Amino acid sequence: MIRYIIRRLLISIPILLIGSFACYVLVATAGNPLAEMRFRPGVTDADIRAAEASLGLDKPVVIRYWNWLMDFLSGDWGQSIALGQAKTAVFPAVTDALWTTGRLVIGAELLALTLGVSVGVLAAVRQYSIFDYLATSTAFLMFSMPIFCVAVIVKNYGIQFNNVLESMGLERWLTTAGPRPGGFSGSIGDVIFKYTGTFLLPTIALMLISFAAYSRFERASMLEILHSDFVRTARAKGISQSRVIFRHAFRNALIPVATLFSLNFGAVLSGAIITETVFGWAGMGTLLVSSVRQFDPPMLMGWLAVTASLIVLFNLIADIVYGILDPRIRLG
Amino acid sequence: MANINLASEGGVVNSAPQSDSHEFDATKTRTQGQLVLGRFLRHRLAMVSLGVFVLLVLFAFLGPFIWTYDFEDVSSKSYQPMSGTHPLGTTQVGKDMLALLMRGTGYSLQIALIVAALATAIGVIFGALAGYLRGFVDTALMRLVDLLLIIPQIAVAAIVVKGFSGSWYVVALVLASFAWMQIARITRGETLSLAQREFIEAARACGASTPRIIFKHLVPNMIGSITVNATLAIATAVLTEAALSFLGLGVQPPDTSLGVIVLENYGQFLNRPWLFWGPFIVLVSLSLAVNFIGDGLRDAFDPRQTKVRA
Repeated sequence: MIRYIIRRLLISIPILLIGSFACYVLVATAGNPLAEMRFRPGVTDADIRAAEASLGLDKPVVIRYWNWLMDFLSGDWGQSIALGQAKTAVFPAVTDALWTTGRLVIGAELLALTLGVSVGVLAAVRQYSIFDYLATSTAFLMFSMPIFCVAVIVKNYGIQFNNVLESMGLERWLTTAGPRPGGFSGSIGDVIFKYTGTFLLPTIALMLISFAAYSRFERASMLEILHSDFVRTARAKGISQSRVIFRHAFRNALIPVATLFSLNFGAVLSGAIITETVFGWAGMGTLLVSSVRQFDPPMLMGWLAVTASLIVLFNLIADIVYGILDPRIRLG
Repeated sequence: MANINLASEGGVVNSAPQSDSHEFDATKTRTQGQLVLGRFLRHRLAMVSLGVFVLLVLFAFLGPFIWTYDFEDVSSKSYQPMSGTHPLGTTQVGKDMLALLMRGTGYSLQIALIVAALATAIGVIFGALAGYLRGFVDTALMRLVDLLLIIPQIAVAAIVVKGFSGSWYVVALVLASFAWMQIARITRGETLSLAQREFIEAARACGASTPRIIFKHLVPNMIGSITVNATLAIATAVLTEAALSFLGLGVQPPDTSLGVIVLENYGQFLNRPWLFWGPFIVLVSLSLAVNFIGDGLRDAFDPRQTKVRA
């Protein structure tokens, strides 16, 4: 197992290198961060050349990439070079955004996984029941829904719950702005109150989308297993229904869902980006959109490198989990 | 002479043409294609969805010729409610929402269809080559897929649209360059098993070239899953394009797509809900219809498969 992990990590190094180089070339050809500077009054050619030299833009792309890579690996992720902005360092900006997004994604995914798997199992066990039709059609509908519309609907209807609370003489609970940078303060009850109020609506919006995929997947794989020979054998031996379902079928039906869970990371990330945008959170989505708008290559490269590494990591976790859950697959 | 219309008309499967009465009706030969078409035409949900899809296409591409307002026309008053002259009201700058929806649906459809066509073509060629030739080509393809999987599409689309242009074909190209992998993976998998069969061996023994084997022998045998996945690619492309445009990273104003319309109007959700629900309903019915058509096609191509939606 350890040998497998090490080998996989070694394989992902060249992929990450080539991927980051491709991204660097894309970012470098997509635009000139100094383009706007030319239109500023009083900026001479010499100024631009000096700025180019100080940013290293006068060197060929390969050398710039090499310098960026060396700096990046040694922990110096550079500084934002967007004009008219305070020069923020890339590292804290990216990690802050990741922390915000990460908390949202983890909560929503865990909820979606639990709910999706339970609904999928129930729908498969009671196939063609009303519950099954309801669950299947809801999942199909959610699957065809644009995620930003779901987020808009959840946000606008959810926030009205505050009015209900107020009319009952309680405090307004839900907020649609992101978590405050400094964290929440007050007594423990207060913190929980604010935390849940902030996270509830976006979590629900993001959860609804993933939930559809998980329940559909779990239902299909559970059905397949329930119709397989070894389940029939187990039933024939007189094992109780619940034991057949949980010990024999359920464990096996989890395998494809576990893979989906970790492989889905890219899709979940873009879902989170959209949800954040609707709710106005300052997470990875906002960071991406703003650094593309202001065309800020160091920030973009930091963003891309972090996401790419995370995706590689999650793919690796997917394979390891797969190996643990399914002993027929030997990693090595 | 009467059996010429077999392929074009659906209900024909059950009713025997009059002029053929001297033959044995029950044993009339039907091609694979006619069987599939017959099964598809009897799939009720798929037929309803096909109807909805055709209506949406007509709405998008014929509508603008009939409707009085143009989508760029800003002469109307700002934020008019729903009325006879503006069935879906007007937007902030005074554009007629119905006209906007027609243009937006057209653009979204256009992009989605191009994306699906490109993705299918690239995916099938790459997948079949990798599955048939194996070895180096296969490894190269898999590494390319690995590479594309780690770069978030959303970021690439954002950078390309910002750096080059936000025209619809650029958006379509970016979407297609990430959409082909799914089809390539499926095609590769099917090719791997098909390539072991005798008829491929026979074709190779006859000296057929690789392109001939792929296009004359492999692809016709995979046409079912290719068609189904191409259809599903349309649905995915509709949603992805809308999401990108919603973030402001896809189709750029003044031109419009369903995502752009939602982006410009979702702030009015509580005050003027029709401005949100209009594009929402079009988007959802478009993606639902395409998904159902894909489902119907899957059942038609492979009737042995249990009707489990995976």
